[in-house]
Amino acid sequence: MSFRKSDNASAWSMLAPAFLLIGLFIVVPFALSVIFAFTDQRLVPNPNITTKFVGVRNFERLFDGDTFSNAFLRTATFVILVVPLQCAMGLGAAMLINTTLPVRNVFRGIYFLPTVISMVVVSVVWASLFQMEGFFNAALRAASFGLLEPVDWLANPWTAMPSLVLMSAWQGFPFQMVVYLAGLQGISKDLYEAARIDGATRWQEFRHITIPALRNTHILVVMTTTILAFKLFTQVQLLTQGGPRGVTDTLVRYIYMTGFREGKVGLAAAAAVLFFLLVFAISLVQRRLLKEERAIQ
Amino acid sequence: MAGLALKDVRKQYGKVEVIKGIDLDVADGEFVVFVGPSGCGKSTLLRMIAGLEEISSGTLSIGGRVVNDLSPKERGIAMVFQSYALYPHKTVYDNMAFGLQLAKAPTSEIDAKVKRAAGILHMEHLLDRKPSQLSGGQRQRVAIGRAIVRNPEVFLFDEPLSNLDAALRVTMRAELSKLHRDLGATMIYVTHDQVEAMTLADKIVVLEAGVVQQAGTPLQLYHNPQNRFVAGFIGSPKMNFIPVEIAEAGSGGVTVASADLARTLIPVAPDAAVAGAKAVLGIRPEHVTGGDRPVTFKGRVELVERLGHQTVVEVATAGGATVTALLDGTTLVRPGETLTLGFDPADAHLFGESGRAMERFHLPEIARMTRRTAA
Ligand SMILES: Nc1ncnc2c1ncn2[C@@H]1O[C@H](COP(=O)(O)OP(=O)(O)O)[C@@H](O)[C@H]1O
Ligand SMILES: [Mg+2]
Repeated sequence: MSFRKSDNASAWSMLAPAFLLIGLFIVVPFALSVIFAFTDQRLVPNPNITTKFVGVRNFERLFDGDTFSNAFLRTATFVILVVPLQCAMGLGAAMLINTTLPVRNVFRGIYFLPTVISMVVVSVVWASLFQMEGFFNAALRAASFGLLEPVDWLANPWTAMPSLVLMSAWQGFPFQMVVYLAGLQGISKDLYEAARIDGATRWQEFRHITIPALRNTHILVVMTTTILAFKLFTQVQLLTQGGPRGVTDTLVRYIYMTGFREGKVGLAAAAAVLFFLLVFAISLVQRRLLKEERAIQ
Repeated sequence: MAGLALKDVRKQYGKVEVIKGIDLDVADGEFVVFVGPSGCGKSTLLRMIAGLEEISSGTLSIGGRVVNDLSPKERGIAMVFQSYALYPHKTVYDNMAFGLQLAKAPTSEIDAKVKRAAGILHMEHLLDRKPSQLSGGQRQRVAIGRAIVRNPEVFLFDEPLSNLDAALRVTMRAELSKLHRDLGATMIYVTHDQVEAMTLADKIVVLEAGVVQQAGTPLQLYHNPQNRFVAGFIGSPKMNFIPVEIAEAGSGGVTVASADLARTLIPVAPDAAVAGAKAVLGIRPEHVTGGDRPVTFKGRVELVERLGHQTVVEVATAGGATVTALLDGTTLVRPGETLTLGFDPADAHLFGESGRAMERFHLPEIARMTRRTAA
């Protein structure tokens, strides 16, 4: 098909606002952070010292100290713990909702509540649950008949990370649930009936029908959850500020502290570039996996 | 191998009763077809036999054993779904083997059974494929193969051919018939297609609104329908119904008359028919021919459909009835013309006010035979 020149011109003029906005708010900041990563740009520029190009020095400095590596390892720990938990919770809740129970619409609403509440509010509420006199210690005392000492959940190096994981999964799982629910609703009921005739138990139905049918959904959910989990920041900043002893430090918090508190924008940009590459790599893996599936079908 | 017996079987969904007390015996090795209009409860009844739907009341026995409370697996049945319901991520081989694998049968036994079923259905070359790589007809075969591997006492089919194109439907119909002869298993087959019912069944069960209207051989149902519903449901084009009044009822038959028909003696047993009562005369389009028959009437031609070998003509009579006739393919008629049609009273059916058929005196010999003696 061929377009006349005037058609082309009007097409471009209609695309222009979108291009402008994308350019201004996505392309330019992205390009700037890549450029800054190779300079000694500071948050408040010193008029006497001009910003210089410093090559890969920022990247070297990231790996010199152990703050960045620590933040990376802690974030990775968080990801490894939270992704399976949150996905399993999402799938479990989706399977409960996907029954024919008449109350399922009510459940659907209730389950979705945590996600629509801001993480800030969730953090405040959970902070009170985690207190020495809070819900979790009361539960611990009741479950152990008063034998176990109360735990300062967020201040104890052993429990701070698991506490954050639990809270984050609770806040985030409805998203996974909705995606899984869409996947579950795409599975034909006949398959389960055929399996019942073949003599499958509930567990075998789950293993031989539900799980394989959700293959693409799993990939999508696990990859998105992983990326979201790597962005961990709000709850850490509000509840533990990276402590105790740095066990809950995270990549985004490192970028934030380096850039805004210490004013080292160049260094923060270098960390941001590495963070981007990490997320990009995960997306590539996802694309590969989904493509293979399409090739099979 | 086993027969089935249903005794006052009912199904309720909440307060709504969809299966309203069914009594039915299926002999060992019989091919039984459930037909009826959409929504009459065919699938529900089949799924109750399969154990996929609970039986609200009544008893179901398979091979003399009451199976109401047994799981589908324990009933010795296999089912072929309309959607085929093949496991999409498993190969054809594993689709067929799944039941035996779950039962932890030895690999050699599984292999032998799967290969045998694949051989029966000529699909040995498809065993490594996934369902998505098969055509509709091939998927259908796999679904049937999966049923054969289960070596069931009773095969259940729910409209298995309705997703296939017309030509393939004819082929598969013939193959199913052959499969039934070869395996000798009891088969229960649900369809809304009366051609499938007529061609496949040893016994047809006509259902309407959860009630058995009649059960019998295909030709019994065709020649001797017991009520207006069955008469209208079996046969294509549909039987004509002409409202008449009973003039006289005696042991020699019932004499009827209407605005269109002169007094005519229909050779049927009068039952409780009395003079003056209303009745409905039924005559199949294939029995309505030109004006040279014993009974004639006139009508204006409304519609002419030429099928080549036959012409379907619809006429409106002065008395307000619409009558369809199957005439010779070379008949010269045009819409708007007045046409004289006729039939033989021996071919007619007569239904009382309740819709019940009066017993016909003249039935062709074949209508009294079972399929096996007729074949
Ligand atoms: N799970 C169900 N809940 C309520 N009503 C149902 C259910 N399944 C089927 N029915 C009703 O039962 C009747 C018979 O359905 P079905 O057996 O599927 O009919 P058929 O197969 O003859 O078309 C229909 O009126 C249908 O609406
Ligand atoms: Mg049905």
